[in-house]
Amino acid sequence: MTEPTPLAPPRRAALAPAAPTHLSADVVARARQLIGLYPEPRSALIPLCHLAQEQDGWLTPEAMVDIAGLVGVTPSEVLGTASFYDMLHTEPVGRYVVAVCTNIACLLGGAGELLEHAEDSLGIGAGGTTPDGTVTLEEAECLADCDRAPCVQVNHRYVGAQSPESFDRLIDELRSGARDADIPPHGTLIRVHRANGLAVDPDVVVEERRAAAEAKAAREAAAAPATGGGA
Amino acid sequence: MAITDPPKIVTSRIGYDDSHTLERYLATGGYEGLRKALAMTPEAVAAEVDAASLLGRGGAGFPAGRKWSMLRKAPVTYLVVNGDESEPATFKDHLLVERDPHQLVEGVVIAAFALQVSQVFIFLRGEFALGLERVQAALNDAYAHGAVGRDIFGSGFSVDVVVHPGAGAYICGEETALLESLEGKRGFPRIKPPFFPAAIGLYGDPTVVNNVETMSNLPWIVRNGGAAFAALGGGRSTGTRLFALAGHVHNPGVYELEMVTTTFDDLINAPVLGGGIPHGRGLKAFIPGGVSAPWFGPDQLDLPLGQDEVAEAGSMLGSGSVVVMDDHTCAVRAAWRITKFFSRESCGQCTPCREGSGWLERIMDRIERGEGREADLDLLLDACDNIAPGLTWPPQQTTICVLGSSIPSSISSAITMFRDEFLVHIKEGGCPYD
Repeated sequence: MTEPTPLAPPRRAALAPAAPTHLSADVVARARQLIGLYPEPRSALIPLCHLAQEQDGWLTPEAMVDIAGLVGVTPSEVLGTASFYDMLHTEPVGRYVVAVCTNIACLLGGAGELLEHAEDSLGIGAGGTTPDGTVTLEEAECLADCDRAPCVQVNHRYVGAQSPESFDRLIDELRSGARDADIPPHGTLIRVHRANGLAVDPDVVVEERRAAAEAKAAREAAAAPATGGGA
Repeated sequence: MAITDPPKIVTSRIGYDDSHTLERYLATGGYEGLRKALAMTPEAVAAEVDAASLLGRGGAGFPAGRKWSMLRKAPVTYLVVNGDESEPATFKDHLLVERDPHQLVEGVVIAAFALQVSQVFIFLRGEFALGLERVQAALNDAYAHGAVGRDIFGSGFSVDVVVHPGAGAYICGEETALLESLEGKRGFPRIKPPFFPAAIGLYGDPTVVNNVETMSNLPWIVRNGGAAFAALGGGRSTGTRLFALAGHVHNPGVYELEMVTTTFDDLINAPVLGGGIPHGRGLKAFIPGGVSAPWFGPDQLDLPLGQDEVAEAGSMLGSGSVVVMDDHTCAVRAAWRITKFFSRESCGQCTPCREGSGWLERIMDRIERGEGREADLDLLLDACDNIAPGLTWPPQQTTICVLGSSIPSSISSAITMFRDEFLVHIKEGGCPYD
């Protein structure tokens, strides 16, 4: 690269509620609906990251800029939050993220051997993606399906306990599109959307928050010693 | 056989293929508890929950009624439901959110009425893709049915319930980390005190946080009365409870059992429950309440499934998960995997947890690989002691939350119960079970 790196835009510009440029109009509309469900916009940050992954398959820098504008934080704050969570991928992943749990119950059920087989069979290590971009293999922590060990999820959908043989069949089915109906591409997490907005006037919650704050201040004033020291 | 036939309080519909639909729910007594509650005063509803002595089903086992009473002294702003179920080998809430989401919604609205809050968030771990869809579909139907939203069933009470997806982090099951995550931040547990979000919760406002199973018990408790619930079980452990049985048993699964009257032996070996250990093998050890709990051996099989009974024996009932290890299991490998989990999931705020878990994992790994030294056993216990001084039970805490103090349990259990096995790894330069 011979071109000089462009200077980062001033921080003020990042804070300004810029219009989304990367997320589609449909995604932005759904994002605004989600933001409207929370008393404070930032609470929608993680749901919006899921939405962005639904559009792009992973959490792109451009999407994070849009999300920042939508919820009123800086893009670095979006990255700062997103990088904490296993499900938010700030680098591209395959169309199918195949998670093999190796935690204690699955370990006892042969998960170590299954993961080894998966690595050999796919020709990648855990954390890697097949060259054709189809499958990303993950070694997962407990996925709460321990009576079907070793537990495997594809794009966060349970596919039941897997043997090495059934695992290979599963991958074949994914590649051929035979599982498309029950397993959407990576990023699409929730296909059932909220049918309605809030029923309770948000002002009611604002008033409740104010009342709680006043009650707390009154309790603290009452609890303060009459001859309190200090300033 | 001490297994009684208790009422199915939270699993009565699980046998139906359409257990998650509004039609099935209404055909099986659904929303009758809510109708009854709305005809009572909020105080009377809370009094029923108090009378039930319902212990929180999330892991800490704090009485739900007492949690609420702290809040009733002052206005409450939010109810948050903890469905981040991530404690290894715990999969009971998974069942409840996928198979009976309306029961959860009904319980949540009952609790909201008792606490007089008008906004509820149900936080579900993001990996529950189907569960998230099922609960959202149930909510959509419940709004249309008039069971959630404005002027519920004509009572004048209104509440909104919002499903919030997590994004994959064990620590978000810790309630203050959950609140941080719900605020759109990294899941960093908050410094205590305050010990409960009653004082400083979501956005700093008073908040009550309850587990999915706790909420799911409420419709039955309101319909049948707190006394009927308290009549089941024994001592402080009232009612039934979901036990998630995993590992080396014929029939792993979630079982709803009466507290105290049932024993670990029943759960693991009864033909109608766990069905015993396959391949004619013997029991080596079992973990009675999630991987944060110290292990038990065959001697403790007769212990009842009761919170205080298990605590007195030196462990905890915790999240209600029981992991069975047969006598072909490598104790070093099992403890190493649990330690690796904590190392991966430590949020990184506190040094003893962040550094301690990483070093412990590396030492355990080298022992399992046959590269350990005899001095490693003392080194492990010393490092554990730095995280939870004295290695007592319940553990001393040096960290903001209890993830840190949970780390030593598996290692100290394994060394105490199977010291010889560690020595074989070290002397023979490899795992004898490989």
